[in-house]
Amino acid sequence: MSGARWLNLRRGFYRFRRSWLSMVGLVIVAALVLVALVGPALVPHPEHVAGGINTTARFLTPSASAWFGTNELGQDVFSLTIAGSRVSLLAGISVVVLAAGFGTLVGAVAGYYGGWLDEALMRFTDLMLTLPSLILAMAVAAAMGPGLGNTVFAIALSWWPGFARLVRGEVMAKKADTFVIAARALGAGTPRILGRHILPNIASPIIIKMSLDMGFAILTVASLGFVGIGVKPPTPEWGSLLSTARGYLPDYWWTAIFPGSAIFLAVFGFNLLGDGLRDVLDPRARR
Amino acid sequence: MSLEIIGLSKHYGRDVVALNDVSLQLRQGECFGLIGESGSGKTTLTRCILGLEPPTSGRILFDGVDITRLGAAAMRRMRARIQIVFQDPYASLNPRMSAHDIIAEPMIIHRATLGLEHRARTDRVVELLGLVGLGPQHLSRFPHEFSGGQRQRIGIARALAVNPELLILDEPTSALDVSVQAQVLNLLHSIQQRLGLTYLFITHDLGVVRMVADRVALIHHGRIVEQGDTAQVFAGPTTEYGRMLLAAMPEPDPDLSPYRRG
Repeated sequence: MSGARWLNLRRGFYRFRRSWLSMVGLVIVAALVLVALVGPALVPHPEHVAGGINTTARFLTPSASAWFGTNELGQDVFSLTIAGSRVSLLAGISVVVLAAGFGTLVGAVAGYYGGWLDEALMRFTDLMLTLPSLILAMAVAAAMGPGLGNTVFAIALSWWPGFARLVRGEVMAKKADTFVIAARALGAGTPRILGRHILPNIASPIIIKMSLDMGFAILTVASLGFVGIGVKPPTPEWGSLLSTARGYLPDYWWTAIFPGSAIFLAVFGFNLLGDGLRDVLDPRARR
Repeated sequence: MSLEIIGLSKHYGRDVVALNDVSLQLRQGECFGLIGESGSGKTTLTRCILGLEPPTSGRILFDGVDITRLGAAAMRRMRARIQIVFQDPYASLNPRMSAHDIIAEPMIIHRATLGLEHRARTDRVVELLGLVGLGPQHLSRFPHEFSGGQRQRIGIARALAVNPELLILDEPTSALDVSVQAQVLNLLHSIQQRLGLTYLFITHDLGVVRMVADRVALIHHGRIVEQGDTAQVFAGPTTEYGRMLLAAMPEPDPDLSPYRRG
């Protein structure tokens, strides 16, 4: 890495640090990732995470021994919420990466070639946009059966059009740039022009959208879990934890409030981080 | 090498005529100046010669081969023989690529023709940097770390990387400071002498073209209105447009300046 590039990164980080909301987002996201990586190994009751129950300790209020209380099966809510972060985060990342990958491919091809190919791809994209995403995801999950892989696939299927439209616009703007014309005059093929010249120069808005979308992807995964077609118990997942807890509100509020807060925190953190990244990477949108 | 353009026309839609029956002939080793104002069709002509846009009618013969009718593979090989230096050195270099990668890329694209492997490519990049007055210390730098004149030198090195025979210079100095303009023009002149290149020098700067070109053509509304030896055209333009254009050229003698008092 050259000196100037390093300096640019440091300058960017300085701008990022000056906004305390962005820093809050970064801290939340970093904490979530850490918890997802090492948390499940450190929880006080790993046997509850694996599906074990303890009927003598049902609905204990939050206390020093069980920080978030216990649920209707006597399981430690703290252990379940911590363990649930792994599923939620993994599912969120998978959805966003799949959607961004496929959306970028479709958008780049449509934007670069233009003409009838652009028309056909974008009308297909519009068609996918008109389908309500949650309903489509429910239909796919219902048809293919519940499970983490199917949930991710179903949500990604309704998620890529946003990326396709974003990338198409950016590619159309970039392909008229002189350095792209220079590459064409040199005889560079389309894969090289897209991969080496256009896409590296439009990476910033894609990364920003991925970060902003992470929160909503986690929320959507939780929603599918909540309506009962997401990840199946005993695998702990925030949405399904919330779904079971719903029946015991408001008396046993702690069974719902903690998984719910976890979802809130994840969405909030990724949104703040995305906003901060946009301020650093996309000077046009800066206030 | 020889380049012959015969009756070239380019229309956009039904109403816009960018080029109207343009005929030009470039001789081996000369510097041919093409003079025209904005919107006169200069850029469209370069895009047709580079094969970036198909002409509506007419032929472009490079060593007797019509390049408007070449297949994709043959056109790819042809691109190594015709290269271009762009006007704006700030926009014509990919901001995400280092100087090394920018200059080495043409050699990767044309490795079948040039046959240079990785190590040999880096040696050649250093050689090209030396040719344009830069050094190996610039290899890993990115475009934003260079001045306008240095960027234009990188653009020239990139164009030379594939050993072209014809170099199209699309207003190569009009985005540069006056002092840097002279340096770049001198560099282009010495490179032409050393490598025996043919130049198609496109500009709206009459002072520059008078200095560098052996022969010139005036293009106006997509039509060649005048062409001939530089001295001859500048001494006695035969058309109304030529006279008007040359009369607008600033007089280098300060005693004749309209700004002079008294």
